[in-house]
Amino acid sequence: MELLKEREEQIHRTGEQPFTLTCNKDSLAGAVSQRACVFCGSRVVLYPIADALHLVHGPIGCAVYTWDIRGALSSGPELHRLSFSTDLQEIDVIFGGEKKLTNALFELIERHSPKAAFVYSTCIVGIIGDDLEAVCRNVQKEVNIPVIPVKSEGFKGNKRAGYTAACNAMARLIGTGDTTGISPYSINILGDFNLAGEIWMIREYFERIGVEVVANITGDGRIADIQRAHGAALNVVQCSGSTMDLAKVMEDEYGIPSMRVSYFGVEDMAQALYDVAGHFNNPEIMAKTQALVKEELQELLPKLEFYKKALTGKKAAIYVGGSFKAFSLVKAFRLLGMDVVMVGSQTGTEQEYRELAEITDPGTIIVDDTNPLELTSFLEEKTVDIFVGGVKERPIAYKLGVGFCDHNHERKEALAGFVGMLNFAEEVYSSVMSPVWRFTYQKAEKK
Amino acid sequence: MSKNPPNYISTTNACKLCTPLGAAIAFKGIEGAVPYLHGSQGCATYMRRYIISHFNEPIDIASSSLSEKHAVYGGGANLKLGLINVTKKYRPQLIGIATTCLTETIGDDVKMFLNQYEQEVKGEKPTMVEVGTPSYNGTHMEGFHNAVASVVDALAGKKDGGAEGTPVNILPGFVSPADIRYLKEITEDFSLNPTILPDISDTMDGQAAKTYEKIQPGGTPISAIATMGNALASVEFGHTMSEKSGGAILAEKFAVENIRISQPVGIRASDRFFDHLVKLSGLPIPEKHRAERGRLVDSYVDGHKYIYGKKAIVYGEEDMVVGLTAFLAEIGVIPILCASGGKSRKFAEKIAEATGDLLPEQPQVHEGMDFYDISELAESLEPDLLVGHSKGYPLAQKLSIPLIRVGFPIHDRMGGQRILHLGYRGAQQLFDLIVNACIAKKQSDSPIGYSYM
Ligand code: SF4
Repeated sequence: MELLKEREEQIHRTGEQPFTLTCNKDSLAGAVSQRACVFCGSRVVLYPIADALHLVHGPIGCAVYTWDIRGALSSGPELHRLSFSTDLQEIDVIFGGEKKLTNALFELIERHSPKAAFVYSTCIVGIIGDDLEAVCRNVQKEVNIPVIPVKSEGFKGNKRAGYTAACNAMARLIGTGDTTGISPYSINILGDFNLAGEIWMIREYFERIGVEVVANITGDGRIADIQRAHGAALNVVQCSGSTMDLAKVMEDEYGIPSMRVSYFGVEDMAQALYDVAGHFNNPEIMAKTQALVKEELQELLPKLEFYKKALTGKKAAIYVGGSFKAFSLVKAFRLLGMDVVMVGSQTGTEQEYRELAEITDPGTIIVDDTNPLELTSFLEEKTVDIFVGGVKERPIAYKLGVGFCDHNHERKEALAGFVGMLNFAEEVYSSVMSPVWRFTYQKAEKK
Repeated sequence: MSKNPPNYISTTNACKLCTPLGAAIAFKGIEGAVPYLHGSQGCATYMRRYIISHFNEPIDIASSSLSEKHAVYGGGANLKLGLINVTKKYRPQLIGIATTCLTETIGDDVKMFLNQYEQEVKGEKPTMVEVGTPSYNGTHMEGFHNAVASVVDALAGKKDGGAEGTPVNILPGFVSPADIRYLKEITEDFSLNPTILPDISDTMDGQAAKTYEKIQPGGTPISAIATMGNALASVEFGHTMSEKSGGAILAEKFAVENIRISQPVGIRASDRFFDHLVKLSGLPIPEKHRAERGRLVDSYVDGHKYIYGKKAIVYGEEDMVVGLTAFLAEIGVIPILCASGGKSRKFAEKIAEATGDLLPEQPQVHEGMDFYDISELAESLEPDLLVGHSKGYPLAQKLSIPLIRVGFPIHDRMGGQRILHLGYRGAQQLFDLIVNACIAKKQSDSPIGYSYM
């Protein structure tokens, strides 16, 4: 396929030339990017804080498209699953939306008694110039909970800028809670969104090795926990794209060190636990970690054999939101004997892409901020057996007669941890091996 | 009619979508078209995601991907660049450009930009149709109807179609791909030659194909739109769209009679539709459809006891709610609340017209509702059934009553695009669905269960 000229430098093929790849650019007009906006970025990150009010200040669209679309589960309140909006009308656009916002906040806070309120600004709010900061301050004075503006006007950058906006919003909460009684062996979990209950599994692993979890940021998140998160000894950051900013702030302000981990795939999950145990430098914790990993692997590895046998030599393509997850996926596919032939993300950094180029096989396509037509041509060129992505990528795979695995925020399967690896293998297997592909023309003709 | 619901300032779980989404779907019903949003990247992506979850089809919506500096200096340059890129990559016949809240507010003059583009860009260019869709004004249905009107205004003419049969225009509004396939079948059975606009029957319910199609095949051919001025009449479903609808424009410009009728949901509304087809074609109702109607009446009789007196809440876009309410009334279900996020100001009147003689008492009818309002009213209304799209599921779950999924979006079931709502066949499917949902509910509520009706 012929590429748009402006897109050429955002695609690299491992081993063909020295590594070059441009990224973190605005999406090209007319290219049909798979990316969303700043608002989307902050909504994704803050969404799973379940006892907060999430009010979207803008016309109805942005709020309604993010109504309960993520699989972030809560063990208690479920306020996050509702879609609140000021539903701005023409008259508000002309005369300003501050009054409506103020009244909407009072109304909703009284109705739901949330522990805090996040107010998201959308494109139009950036244009009409509502002073969110002032509105939030005034409301907060009356309501006795934190009311926090999230500066997420859609056009002010890409999804990454939204992550930063979300982190800034949370940084205002941190440091306001009581930290007494927190263990010296304690962590915050950053950047897990508790999709399909994953954070519950991860927390359990940490508890089993004797580490206390102070706050989940943000999966199954609670305002009170986040307010005392500065009492933890370590920040463990997954999906570093989205919450690394917050970890940095906490390091600067409270001297809390942080580490990057991933919970996807056997290697990375085990590594995450070992890294945390290693950080605390406590023999008991290390011994418990070794026992845990051993126990889990003894159970898991024999079960994986079955899938590996069936899947060895099959080809996979990956396109995800953040590129850090892509590393784990490459390794997870290897564990199943599969070859990764394409990998890309919406918001990766140059460093991350460079590392991806180092660990992938020659000829692997590495791509930043791609679009349906490019994806289609890559999948066709590489005759892929399974494509990992989100809902927007699904019809692309299916139309090409290719299996699909949802590894995005809307999925309903837990794919993290040791159990998650098994679920992943099962899902990949059940899609790749399904007899339905016999009827799609592409595969039928190849055979 | 009864008390007004409290008027809240905030919206919780809206029962509507934004105007550009409606426009994008309408544009998808034109052959070789790519929808294009003049705005920032996010809306296009969000809408794609939302639409994919219903239709399970690729939907490529291009965007100007405006960033901060464009918001300040205007989006003209990006619009033109975007159009060039879409043209290069998709080779579309038409680009349907809809504005967004952002570009409406910064005051981008899309018409002027398109004129400049016309002069500056050399070579063959796709047809451009633009529609203003500020999302702070109206719902997705306004966006949909306005896009249709823009297309008609820009492209319809009085050229010779050369095709056989009596030409008629059908402007069905936002119905399912299955509905549109069926409308084609019906009109062709009357030996009419229909131009259905828009036609999402193939573009949004495509086949597995040999090669990936950049733009899904199907849709109303632009050449057919160009002949809409020749038609004997236009049949337009719905009452809540603006006076300047596609059908109205055709009437004004080309004196094509515009027949505006309710969505043909249920027997009575379908009869009216068929009557018009009889008149237009000069032919009697084909035997096949007569038989379908006969079977439908037969099934109404067979199943009436299981649903008589059941109370239903109906919600969604206004015209579909009007159609469904009329249908429910004729099968003996009592609509108790009709709710929509839209605000046409014609909603209550049209419901009264459609159900008048069938119901001893009119349901509550409310515009501008969200699911918080609906839930609140539902508490005292004690409904037995919900009828509407998937987003009513949390309420159905809370009340533990069945949800009859119709319309758009269907996000929690397969086959939203294959649901048939219209005509005798649609009524048959809806009827069976509803009766069986009531039977299933009774069965699962029964402490002993039973296996024989
Ligand atoms: S209006 Fe702006 S903030 Fe809302 S979805 Fe669109 S791009 Fe994002």
